[in-house]
Amino acid sequence: MSFINYASRELNCKIVYYGPGLCGKTTNLQFIYNKTADGAKGKMISLATETERTLFFDFLPLELGEIRGFKTRFHLYTVPGQVFYDASRKLILKGVDGVVYVADSQEERMDANVESLDNLRNNLEEQGYNLDKLPYVIQYNKRDLAGIVPVEELRRELNPTGVPDFEACAVTGEGVFETLKAVAKLVLTDLKKGR
Amino acid sequence: MSNPQLVMYDEEFRHITAVSEKLLREANARVIFLVDKNGQLIAGVGETERFDTTSLASLTAGNIAATGGLAKLIGEKEFSILFHEGERDNLHISIVAGRVILVVLFDTRSSLGLVRLRVKKASEELTAIFDSLMKKAEEKEKVGDPEFPFAEITDEDIDNLFR
Repeated sequence: MSFINYASRELNCKIVYYGPGLCGKTTNLQFIYNKTADGAKGKMISLATETERTLFFDFLPLELGEIRGFKTRFHLYTVPGQVFYDASRKLILKGVDGVVYVADSQEERMDANVESLDNLRNNLEEQGYNLDKLPYVIQYNKRDLAGIVPVEELRRELNPTGVPDFEACAVTGEGVFETLKAVAKLVLTDLKKGR
Repeated sequence: MSNPQLVMYDEEFRHITAVSEKLLREANARVIFLVDKNGQLIAGVGETERFDTTSLASLTAGNIAATGGLAKLIGEKEFSILFHEGERDNLHISIVAGRVILVVLFDTRSSLGLVRLRVKKASEELTAIFDSLMKKAEEKEKVGDPEFPFAEITDEDIDNLFR
């Protein structure tokens, strides 16, 4: 849950990027890191294997500016996408305020997308969260590649509840900030509703 | 939700900082941090400017979460104390009030025994403060806080963050 600090006038929120292995979660964070001014970001931490696969999580702290006199900070996390890291994924979902589900648009990754989305829903339920009640957006990544599934089909399979969704190419950054803005907006709106 | 929202008020923040500063002196520590289990830094005293406190908070929480996962695997509720020994500096990490992580960084000017002893006493004081903080936050949430600063935020406020 978000942390409101009246003493230091800060608001901290946690956003988790979820999705199947190699879908581009870390790439999303790297792009955000590279395009954010030095004063507005902290160090990006990647706990990864020697082959640059995420082992535990990536972490990127962002400071967006002030809202009602409170410094607004977003802590972005990714989970390890590979199936066998499920125990780690559960840990990272603790205290989440908003979720970005990153889907891999390639045809051969459709099964992995569906499996990962089920896994997200189950792991959230284990922590007492309901995905349908959380601030949640979807990103269809890798739209620049050949052999991709049409967006309508992705939507039908992965977004039956019609949450905000975005086409993206995380390597070039297309759609990356749109996705982040959308989830941040939902988180702040949710905070307002919370009282 | 599994965890109520964490809120910090001026009064409790002053108490927490005072207890932490006392612990810093009595344990001869270099720096002390309090971190929420979700990875948010709550307070820090001592040589805080020498460290990347945001990263430290996030990694500490990840560390506690991972060892907590290990504990459950072997049938323990949690490991309430972790100790990392380095060549010069050491980290003593413990859980306070069930949801807050107390990190004490110390070098050869102190010892593990002293740190453990002082942490135990400080933990009791911190637990009392955090318990009353949680109660206060819950009560405010129940009756609705008329001064809640985010009740009136507009779409424009949010859009301004991204300009």
